[in-house]
Amino acid sequence: MRFPLLLGVLALLVAGLFAASLLVGPAGIVPARALAALIRGEGVAETLVMREIRLPRALLAAMIGASLGLAGAAMQGYLRNPLAEPGLIGISGSAALGAVLALQTGVAAAFVLALPLAAMAGAVVAVGLILLLAGRSGGSITLILAGIAVSAMAGALTALVLNLSPNPFAAAEIVFWMMGSLADRSMTHVWLALPFMVVGGALLATLGRGLDALTLGEDAAATLGVSLTRMRLVLIGGTACVVGAGTAISGAIGFIGLVVPHILRPVVGARPSRLLAASALGGAAMLLAADIAVRLILPERDLKLGVLTALVGAPLFLHLIYRTRREGL
Amino acid sequence: MVLCGATASSAGPPERVVSINLCTDQLAIMLAAPGQLVSVSHIAADPRVSPQAAEAARFRLNYGQAEEVHAMAPDLVLAGPYTSRYTVGLLRRLGVEVRELPLADRLQDIPETISQMGAWLGRERAAEALIDDFNEGLAALTSETDLRPRAVLHYANNYTSGGGTLANELLNLAGFINIAAEEGLRGGGTLPMERIVMLAPDLVISGQRYPGESRAEAVLDHPAMIALRERRVGGVSDADWVCGTPNVLRALARLVALRAEVR
Repeated sequence: MRFPLLLGVLALLVAGLFAASLLVGPAGIVPARALAALIRGEGVAETLVMREIRLPRALLAAMIGASLGLAGAAMQGYLRNPLAEPGLIGISGSAALGAVLALQTGVAAAFVLALPLAAMAGAVVAVGLILLLAGRSGGSITLILAGIAVSAMAGALTALVLNLSPNPFAAAEIVFWMMGSLADRSMTHVWLALPFMVVGGALLATLGRGLDALTLGEDAAATLGVSLTRMRLVLIGGTACVVGAGTAISGAIGFIGLVVPHILRPVVGARPSRLLAASALGGAAMLLAADIAVRLILPERDLKLGVLTALVGAPLFLHLIYRTRREGL
Repeated sequence: MVLCGATASSAGPPERVVSINLCTDQLAIMLAAPGQLVSVSHIAADPRVSPQAAEAARFRLNYGQAEEVHAMAPDLVLAGPYTSRYTVGLLRRLGVEVRELPLADRLQDIPETISQMGAWLGRERAAEALIDDFNEGLAALTSETDLRPRAVLHYANNYTSGGGTLANELLNLAGFINIAAEEGLRGGGTLPMERIVMLAPDLVISGQRYPGESRAEAVLDHPAMIALRERRVGGVSDADWVCGTPNVLRALARLVALRAEVR
């Protein structure tokens, strides 16, 4: 498929799912009235539901999905390893730890940007550790082992902080931070995450040329004038921005950065630069679809997003490990 | 130990009573003779959920663990229906007499609960006096009204109380229509925020906040709920109606005051 056509199809898919996301909900508003309320503000209660409850939910699903798809594609391109995914290797988990620490210490209430900044700090530490432990010379096994260690540590510390909280509800929210949910988020959260996602997305987008060059090998890339040190810094900063901001709002959602690039890679002809844009759109579509599904399957139970993405992603992950092993990498 | 417990309960009122449930704590504190109640649960001393925190602090506090309770050598342990089965079972194996008080989830059951507790403690006269006080208090707070504002209870995680609950009965008695019950919700449960907004209640009633952050409580500050609350908002302390004891009259008085404000 030609690349512009692919992007067009994916954009249409995202637009369709975005509209569907706006029309699904327990209030049972008919589509025509829902749109009238959203656009023209007809009906007090309907407008409140559409603009303050459903719109932020749909926007956040698209933004966070795009972030995860993009970050996954960028990390896989840089490490030349299809298993690198923000959720699996502990970046989302560490971002969640940062967010939980900011919330429970009260720093998040002290100034507005503290929550996404703390989550980003968590993500920076994790990306840094992963690149240090399993950098470009390390194989798949090293990457996965480092990821397991970082995930386990972040998960345990998150659970500890929540268990120590004086708030009786906090401990029950361990599941939210590990599995993610977009239920009852608001426009405040959209504005909180958006600037970081724009900056991080722009940073990751600049990696395209370098990632293409890297497919020829590191020496060839260096002769083409690609600075690997600079790329690494951009990757760390960009991934931390998008994953940190997203996780601070929705908790850690896994597997999107794994599944989406995997599906799209053959379609874009294995060009990492093209995979970046395609994966961002694909990630948005996948998370929108997952968030619609959790509302249709068990509408009143706040089913966690990570449950659905893992049900799709974990079998694929096993398949990828199997294939990697067969190829003797 | 087994013999000891049996003799004490057949010979006369228990002399060393330990309560390990917040609701039995409340009634035991109201009814026990001086020195009879040895210990109450640590929850009873938490002002956020216990209406008698100051009184409870005078007693030794327990964490409801079998070993700890057994060491207090009680001749009667008071537990509730939600007390850990393992704790109750283990205490009984150790030969301690454990009695479980069913919780009143209707106002009309409260006098019976009081008299049951009075009989267990050998304090029938005190129980009768408390029942009289409760009935008088209830009558004083009950009044007829034509105007019935529509209210909803909104707690962390969008939790609310529907029909068949004590909270629903108190809301109705105070002159409110509970929209969760109107929507067909029975017992406690959740009502999605979208539905609450669409039902446009006249009053949103919440509990108090707990320290520390939780995403569960964040729904109380959601912009949609704040917009809804511009209509009117009220708070009733959780402590006052978490148990079906005479303390619910405090919640009822608060609700009656809120109704008067709504007009």
